[in-house]
Amino acid sequence: MPVEGLDDTGGQAPPAIALRGVVKRFGEVTAVNGLDLTVPAGICLGLLGANGAGKSTSMRLLTAQARADEGSIEVLGHPVPREAKRVRALMGVVPQQDNLDEELTAQENLEVFAHLYRVPRAGRRAAVDDALALAHLTGKRHTRVDALSGGMRRRLLIARGLVHRPRLVLLDEPTVGLDPQVRAELWGLIDGLRAGGTTVLMSTHYIEEAERLADDCALMSHGRVVARGAPAELIREHAGQRAVEHHGPPDRLAEIEALARAHGLPTRRTGPTVSVLRAEAITPSLADKLGDGVPRAATLEDVFVVLTGETVE
Amino acid sequence: MTAGMPAETAREAPAPPLRRFELAPVRGVWRHEFALYKRYWRSQSFAAIVEPTFFLLAFGYGFGSLMAVIGDYRYIDFVGTGVVGTAALFTSVFPGMFNSYIRRVYQHTYDAMLATPVDVHELLAGEVLWIAAKSAIYSCTPLLVAMAFGLDPSAGMLLVPLIAFATAFGFGLFGIWASTVVPSINSFDYVITGVVTPLFLVAGTFFPVTTLPGWAQAVSLANPLYHCVELVRHAVFGLRPLTDLGHVGALLLFGALMWLLALQGMRKRLIG
Repeated sequence: MPVEGLDDTGGQAPPAIALRGVVKRFGEVTAVNGLDLTVPAGICLGLLGANGAGKSTSMRLLTAQARADEGSIEVLGHPVPREAKRVRALMGVVPQQDNLDEELTAQENLEVFAHLYRVPRAGRRAAVDDALALAHLTGKRHTRVDALSGGMRRRLLIARGLVHRPRLVLLDEPTVGLDPQVRAELWGLIDGLRAGGTTVLMSTHYIEEAERLADDCALMSHGRVVARGAPAELIREHAGQRAVEHHGPPDRLAEIEALARAHGLPTRRTGPTVSVLRAEAITPSLADKLGDGVPRAATLEDVFVVLTGETVE
Repeated sequence: MTAGMPAETAREAPAPPLRRFELAPVRGVWRHEFALYKRYWRSQSFAAIVEPTFFLLAFGYGFGSLMAVIGDYRYIDFVGTGVVGTAALFTSVFPGMFNSYIRRVYQHTYDAMLATPVDVHELLAGEVLWIAAKSAIYSCTPLLVAMAFGLDPSAGMLLVPLIAFATAFGFGLFGIWASTVVPSINSFDYVITGVVTPLFLVAGTFFPVTTLPGWAQAVSLANPLYHCVELVRHAVFGLRPLTDLGHVGALLLFGALMWLLALQGMRKRLIG
């Protein structure tokens, strides 16, 4: 149910997010460079890019904590920054940086934000309890944040952004720096949000995270989207179904790359290996020339490297 | 961990459209401050109460033994009323400087708050009103101590918290503005030594400004703390309506100017 009194869109659901030609410069640096991005309501969109691709700046533009130099931004049907305050009431933000108040308890942190998000007094206690339960921190409600583990803090950070049950959640690198077990826990939490119908925009530079959680991915490089689609579609379109990894000395790898490219097949170099993508299109004669390799499924990471020339973790 | 919060059951938030200035963010900021205060009220109260009391006792007894009266006042009464201004200055300018710098630069608390339906001017209002309210209460301590040493109670004393509030409002904002200007937290040394200390010394707290050279007297007129000290003395010993209207005007002007500067500084630092 939309937040009462704030849905004045006439009942027709607009895209949750629409950015058109957005440019953001910081002095000489152009962090976002003509960004076009539409996020339909109810999906989880993974914004995938290397560090410095413009993901976090794009997130800040959506909350009007950064102001675009060019272009237009609409969130939940409202123009930003003109109606930014209204938009921020409807969405939750989980920043990359842990900015919980360490001197307060988990419950106190949530109470402050329940106030700021305008959760009505009558429902505030329940909102805090629900958020604590969601983050599996009910038993830690009176524990100061500086005594919580890294995973608990990250869960609390997510719970803080959900305390008012927003329609849209911005997750900026939600699992960065966490160990695999905690990451898997958080994936369960994010999955639950998506399953409940909340629109999620999640920036990440973890390929696996995007593949695991996102309905749709937008690959960002140098401040713009270079490819967009469901992970499987992107892989099929840009990297084919399979890849073959070849190991060898640099001269041999260069030879393999040249052979593959001469036949119109994209390649990807990773240290002492080169992967020939769209391996299903390798002819028997080309296979003889390429020699033995290790077959594997093509991945989103292949797509990213092929399209941007950059690497992500 | 599997639980999600379905959008269909979204918690209902504010019905009316959000206005440009709302009290809800101010209350949210105060909730944050209050939670911290519950933890640190002992140390904060100790510093806020004991420091001006030391000034009062040291100057009151020290100088008081050399100089029994100043004008129509006993020296200890003169200092007791003057130190209210010192207390208002210290309990506002330091939290303004250090708390806002730390929350903005190290803790990123303001970034978190501004991702909610809170604008910079509401955040600033919440912070400075908390500072001023706390300062208004703590600044009365010197009067209580002076009363223990013979200062006669008067009805005008009830105005002292209001005067301290207005003063602390301006100086709290000054501190917040300074926190947006300094390149690092160490640079506060320049602000403290170069601005706060002179303000505190030439405000007529420990000696009348009329003993200063003419140019220094003129400068003291531009010192908001001087207007605070004069107002407190007049409230305690007898108001002088026309003069005091001027002092009130000076404090309000100071507060308005500092609001504009602090708001501009915070916006520049927090909104990219």
